[in-house]
Amino acid sequence: MSPPATTAGMIYARPTPAKRAERAVFWLLRLSTYFVLACAACIFLDIGLKGGAVVFRKEAPFINVPFLTRAPETLNVLEFEGRKLTLGDAAFRKFRAEHEAALKGVRVETYVYSAGGIFPNIVGTVLLVAGSIFIALVLGVLSAIYLSEYATEGPFIRFLRLAIVNLAGVPSIVFGLFGFGLFVIAFDFGVSLLAGWLTLALMVLPIIITASEEALKAVPKGYREGSLALGATKLQAITTNVLPYALPGILTSSVLSIARVAGETAPIMFTAAFVVRDELPWQVQQWTDFFFQGVMALPYHIYVVASKIPQNEYTRDVQYGTAFVFLFTVAAIAMTAVVLRLRLRRKYKW
Amino acid sequence: MSEPAAPSTAARPVTVAAAAPADPAARAVIEIDDVDFSYGPSRALHDISLAIHERKVTAFIGPSGCGKSTLLRCLNRMNDLIDGARVTGGEIRIDGVNIYDPRVDVIELRKRVGMVFQKSNPFPKSIYDNITYGLRIQGMKNKARLDEIVERSLRGAALWDEVKDRLHESALGMSGGQQQRLCIARAIAVEPEIILMDEPCSALDPIATAKVEELIHELKRDFTIVIVTHNMQQAARCSDRTAFFYLGKLVEYAETRTIFMNPANPQTEAYVSGRFG
Ligand SMILES: Nc1ncnc2c1ncn2[C@@H]1O[C@H](COP(=O)(O)OP(=O)(O)O)[C@@H](O)[C@H]1O
Ligand SMILES: [Mg+2]
Repeated sequence: MSPPATTAGMIYARPTPAKRAERAVFWLLRLSTYFVLACAACIFLDIGLKGGAVVFRKEAPFINVPFLTRAPETLNVLEFEGRKLTLGDAAFRKFRAEHEAALKGVRVETYVYSAGGIFPNIVGTVLLVAGSIFIALVLGVLSAIYLSEYATEGPFIRFLRLAIVNLAGVPSIVFGLFGFGLFVIAFDFGVSLLAGWLTLALMVLPIIITASEEALKAVPKGYREGSLALGATKLQAITTNVLPYALPGILTSSVLSIARVAGETAPIMFTAAFVVRDELPWQVQQWTDFFFQGVMALPYHIYVVASKIPQNEYTRDVQYGTAFVFLFTVAAIAMTAVVLRLRLRRKYKW
Repeated sequence: MSEPAAPSTAARPVTVAAAAPADPAARAVIEIDDVDFSYGPSRALHDISLAIHERKVTAFIGPSGCGKSTLLRCLNRMNDLIDGARVTGGEIRIDGVNIYDPRVDVIELRKRVGMVFQKSNPFPKSIYDNITYGLRIQGMKNKARLDEIVERSLRGAALWDEVKDRLHESALGMSGGQQQRLCIARAIAVEPEIILMDEPCSALDPIATAKVEELIHELKRDFTIVIVTHNMQQAARCSDRTAFFYLGKLVEYAETRTIFMNPANPQTEAYVSGRFG
């Protein structure tokens, strides 16, 4: 008879199939994560380095101010007195007026959108995001309140919820065409901010409704009952003792939605985006025109400069510069929501 | 070693408060009359009839799931919130008015019938805002009046001295026992006639429990109190009348002393002596 294993003997590690599987899976998990991180790092580094080179300058004011404050212009490239000149449209017109005679017979190559800046695109994207998130939050939070606080659970509500979840799976190009058909044509809004807002809002509504409902449901039932037991109406209980505590969660959903709304090209290309527009959004005849004007937008601009114009050494700068500014703009808007959420969370701690 | 002979009552697991004088003249504020209650298809209360007396503490006891909370929540129509839950028969009258009459305003009812919950639920606001919540939603804005009510309610809940210097700090920074007393203070701030308490001490330590029980004694002077408890000592210590429920039925309802010392029903006897439940 062999002696029984001592306790000390038992605690030394011995490889077993279960332990080997554990190690293998652990490494698989770790490597997957690293792979994802590496991909993200490549994207950000590429855009950060090449785009940063366009947006930042080595000497004061360290930022490429015209790129951020001017509209896109056509680039004119010409050989003049042995030098190669690259001039934006405005500069070229001035130059031509001064050297009228000397320019006779000089060959001028033009490249669209490769000079100037992207200011109207930044403005357009900010407007599109702000308006559509506002509409989506209002509609989404109201629906979520109805679903979580008022609706009686039943087949109809279950069907409604299913429909909302499925809406989240509809491709954005379908939303774009829907918005085009309904808002642009049927409602006759034209290609306009309003049509873009509504289309984008519809696209992110499922995210906002679902997340808001979760946030409302996460508020302890005791707060509702406590309010009602003190003689509050249901509406009073919700507005004073449920919604405020759900706001941080609702804002989390809006951070996701902001990224989505800002980034999508398909929904706006039929409904709100212009390739080029000379006036800025606030340069309107009367204030109602504001809602019915098309805008330039960053994602659509990237699409245009990356695929709709002849590619050459000059377009690259615009592409990377725009992508960089785009990422930065989205991050900045999302940060606003994050900061707001942090402040609310500190105010209503539970 | 010999122990002194225990008096016969010491064999029981409870001690009983000094006998409340039987008061046949006490007015019945709440009359529960043959009430049936269902959660959807499942019946939770069967033919309950009992009268709750003014400015007395009435305890509901019984094993878990016997319907104590259900009955309590019928009294301020808190069950209205549950889909499919409804009173299927009988009447509950408060001061002679059937509270399930369609003309009854449930908001007004709840102002008159306050409630303290099993899980203390102070709002994540300041102590001051918690107390004034019920008044503010009624539209009271007068600061001086609100201040006065805050002090009176906190004194009424024996909490004033502990919190008077931090009225504007979050109520969630208080201890569990203080939080529950805050909920009581919040309930009395709207000046109800009746206060319902659903196992108010179940999450509290013995010292905090003792404080709440002491408070219940004080509150009895001004309010009619109905308390649900699974703690028989507590029912014995702080109630005047006790109702014993079992499986959705009222088994026995009498003076607390009678229920614990001399119950008429063998089931009651078995329960209060700790043989089941
Ligand atoms: N919201 C509800 N929906 C369905 N059934 C419920 C609900 N609340 C309680 N019940 C049922 O009603 C019965 C009585 O419950 P309750 O009044 O909470 O008992 P107690 O407070 O005496 O422990 C139990 O059988 C319980 O399962
Ligand atoms: Mg209960």
